[in-house]
Amino acid sequence: MKAIAFNKNAANVLVWVLLLAAPFWLPFVGGYVELGERVVVLGLAAMSVNFLLGYTGVLSFGHAAYFGLGAYGAGMTIRYLVPSTGFGLLVGALVGTLAGAIIGPLIIRLRGVYFAMVTIAFGQVFYFIAFRWNDVTGGDDGLLGWTRMPLNFGFTTVDILHNPRAFYYFILAVFAISVGVMDWVLRSPFGRTLIAIRENERRARFLGIPVDRHIWMSWVISCCFVSVAGALYALLNNFVDPRALYWTQSGDFVIMAVLGGMRSFWGPLIGAAIFVLLQDYLSSQTQNWMSFVGLFFVLVVLFFPRGILGAIRRKVA
Amino acid sequence: MTQLILFNIFNGLIVGAFYALMALGLSLILNLSGVINFAHGGFLAIGGYIAFTLSPYIGFWGALVLSPILTAVLGIIVERFLIRRLYGRDPLYSLLLTFGLAFIFEDGTRFIWGAQSLPFQVPSWLVTPLSSDFFFLTGYRLFMVLIVALAVAALFLILGYTRLGIRIRAGTLDLETVSVLGVNVRILRSMNFGLGIYLAGLAGVLAVGQLGLQPTIGSSLIMPSFVAIIVGGLGSLPGTLLGGLLIGVASGLTTVFWPSATEAVMYVMMAAILLVRPRGLLGEEGRF
Repeated sequence: MKAIAFNKNAANVLVWVLLLAAPFWLPFVGGYVELGERVVVLGLAAMSVNFLLGYTGVLSFGHAAYFGLGAYGAGMTIRYLVPSTGFGLLVGALVGTLAGAIIGPLIIRLRGVYFAMVTIAFGQVFYFIAFRWNDVTGGDDGLLGWTRMPLNFGFTTVDILHNPRAFYYFILAVFAISVGVMDWVLRSPFGRTLIAIRENERRARFLGIPVDRHIWMSWVISCCFVSVAGALYALLNNFVDPRALYWTQSGDFVIMAVLGGMRSFWGPLIGAAIFVLLQDYLSSQTQNWMSFVGLFFVLVVLFFPRGILGAIRRKVA
Repeated sequence: MTQLILFNIFNGLIVGAFYALMALGLSLILNLSGVINFAHGGFLAIGGYIAFTLSPYIGFWGALVLSPILTAVLGIIVERFLIRRLYGRDPLYSLLLTFGLAFIFEDGTRFIWGAQSLPFQVPSWLVTPLSSDFFFLTGYRLFMVLIVALAVAALFLILGYTRLGIRIRAGTLDLETVSVLGVNVRILRSMNFGLGIYLAGLAGVLAVGQLGLQPTIGSSLIMPSFVAIIVGGLGSLPGTLLGGLLIGVASGLTTVFWPSATEAVMYVMMAAILLVRPRGLLGEEGRF
């Protein structure tokens, strides 16, 4: 038990050291800071999806919708309302969370494949709204004509637009807060209850746990953090387009979680890192990168169903 | 105005018939094996492209017969070597696998046949309008509806009266008992998968006659098929058929009054159904 606790602490320290130092070591291994930014943002999205998938045992295949709502929320706020990065982030997160909270009651009674199917289908509504509502969202061309703004703390301003390192640490700070909250929730009695539901839903129900309400809350928390990730994604690109909402994006999040390991806290981040690097490499090498990404899905499912961390843990045990 | 509304209802009916054909295949596979086949749209596209490649040699009619069969054979191969390994595991894995296959199929068709849209020749006597007042009633459209109706009727006859069909229905309810009674469940699932993919292939041939060939033709049709299944009710094939036709007509009618909401209306319908009747129109209580 002690050894496991020690390993866990060591892993936490290692992850944070690597993340904090990323802008300094990335260039040495042939990367660039924006790559690190993308890993952190998509990692946050994958970890939010895994909050539901790995810790509540509910298979959502539609999280791109709330990711995209967060992105559009942030972009449109900065474009039309207030040119402030922090405010955009806040509105983006609110919009995504609210949409999740409203759609939640329609779907929480469904289980398994049915849940997956309905979440995918619901995601498409927002895609079509973004795609068709040209005047406001920019339609297929995406939302242009805005950039992220310097952070204004009153006594000092930080230019996150032109200074990639500053922006990386801004993203990392948001990531750290989100991940910290998720970890805290998972370690609370509420989080333990979610795991109990995952392990044996019927038993949890007989113990008097309001299962549907717990799943709804878990769903809303997950939607909240995925929309934070979406808002960061919009700030990262200074651009949003409807593809951020498309159902294939949801599949990407799920494969990141599975690849890294659904039963481990940091797994999805590792999955995201591998996925981002692979996509970056493939799209620079071949036009047919979609085939390779598809093949990657197939191989992960057939040979790495427990994910990388799951496989390592098994070997150690 | 009446003509416009009629035109759009008819259009919606045709589109709905497509959705239904797709969704029936998806439903068959989902009911018996618990697999959401994301690659269904990919199979549809492949059915269309095979027909395009074959038609110069064996003509439209030959392609219409042969292409769905070849697509079904491809489906059975995929089931045998990939999907079969995942039965009994968390549905997450078959979902991700078929998701990956959908990528591979879309990119593969683009690689082989090119990204640009290709025309697909249907017999010329089929494309002439039948009447000048109702210009939209071309022979090909009526023909599509006829073929879809025939295919659906054949499917229900197979399920109702043949040994294979009865076993599929029994397996949908309780696969374990069917297995204990001495039916080879592996073969049953393969045949069922093939049947579902056959319908996708058929839909593919018909679709490219109307819309032309594009690699993305499948992925644009798969989401409405999901909606058709949810609206109609999981586990009910008549429900799936009804769901497909309903959402088709609904989007057709919406085109008249509010064109930008054409695609969104079916999702609104789905939300309404889930709100008042979560099992869908004809779905059984407590199945999912």
